[in-house]
Amino acid sequence: MKSDYFVNLLLIFISGALINNVILSQFLGICSFLGISNKIKSAIGMGLAVIFVITSSSVICYFIYNYILAPLDLSYLNTIVFIAVIACLVQFVEMVIKKYSPALYNALGVYLPLITTNCAVLGVALLNVEKGYDLVESIVNGFAAALGYTIAIILMAGIRERMAHNDIPKSFQGFPITLITATLMAMAFYGFSGLV
Amino acid sequence: MNKYLERLVNGIFKENPIFVLMLGMCPTLAVTKSAMNGIGMGLSTAVVLIASNAIIAALRKFIPEKVRIPYFIVVVASMVTIVELLLKAYLRDVYDALGIYIPLIVVNCIIFGRVEAYAAKNSVGVSLFDGIGMGLGFTVALVLIGSFRELLGAGTIFNIRVMPESFEPISIFVQPPGAFLVLALLTALQNKFKLSSATNGTVKKSALACGGDCAHCSVEKFASFHSNVAGSSDKKESVRKED
Repeated sequence: MKSDYFVNLLLIFISGALINNVILSQFLGICSFLGISNKIKSAIGMGLAVIFVITSSSVICYFIYNYILAPLDLSYLNTIVFIAVIACLVQFVEMVIKKYSPALYNALGVYLPLITTNCAVLGVALLNVEKGYDLVESIVNGFAAALGYTIAIILMAGIRERMAHNDIPKSFQGFPITLITATLMAMAFYGFSGLV
Repeated sequence: MNKYLERLVNGIFKENPIFVLMLGMCPTLAVTKSAMNGIGMGLSTAVVLIASNAIIAALRKFIPEKVRIPYFIVVVASMVTIVELLLKAYLRDVYDALGIYIPLIVVNCIIFGRVEAYAAKNSVGVSLFDGIGMGLGFTVALVLIGSFRELLGAGTIFNIRVMPESFEPISIFVQPPGAFLVLALLTALQNKFKLSSATNGTVKKSALACGGDCAHCSVEKFASFHSNVAGSSDKKESVRKED
């Protein structure tokens, strides 16, 4: 029984990070993926900030949904409540980091406000509710999704740094070639669907 | 031209949210597997946009400048919840097909973009028509992209068989990589024929706080915008301390 539970957690982790990658197969958080992937350094910063925010918002949204919204029969309000909670959480995290760890704030600070409107955060919170995950499953799913985001954005930044000096056809320069890169990455990640 | 008609033409052709402004990439890529999904998503977004534009425009004189963003979030999220419940009750197929992307309309850049850049500064009438124009422009673009992907990926449009029997569907087009590929080709063609699009810098920057240009977003721009906002809140804190 107990080992079944761990196998289940492992499956959620692999499927969240690789098979149903938030960017390359669910298309959540595309704006920041295309916008901030031109340097590896900023991609890592964004990735870490996303891991931090998605994992903590999964925990908070789990408690809010199961101990406030569900018992009061208000589950139809979850979109409004979650977006407000995420916006407050991001502000709060930013203030705490600024106060207690200036080094961390310098590394992550600029990315935090970007995350409020990142659909991956709201998307993961809503998916956790939709799939009826318990607390541990929600945390694992949130962490896995954020890790998938980080993997994708760092890979993309690595490719774009190498591509910067390549000879690309004129009409494909800039945005189109970035999307072609994303196409090829999505094809590669599509191969993971045979994993489970 | 009549100013209401001008708003409609502007939304559908001149500033089409997808083809020209390149806003709302997530739904564009995610739901254009078929033309039908495109219509469902486009019209749901249009309804949310029209209602939010009208409400914000009506309340624009009462909303304090500093807390406008939370106001906008609550109004938009309420409209999305209403649309979600209506779809769940009357159009179950559409609701099932679009799934999580319906509540995610809340974080669609188009809605915040129009509310912030247009409805918050203009009268109810023109804002309403701005919402209708932008919503229709979004729907038309989603249907066109959806039809293209469905035609190549399944040989059908709106589930009606168009291609001859001998046509072997290129199924990659209805799968996730196909979404990126179609958008890549679209933007490459826009560059080639020098059509106006946010991706080749021929569209003027919108009045959004962050510039609204997701495709060319850089951290530095966000950081400078953010430091302005953070600066103002720091001032508030220092005032409070003095009290």
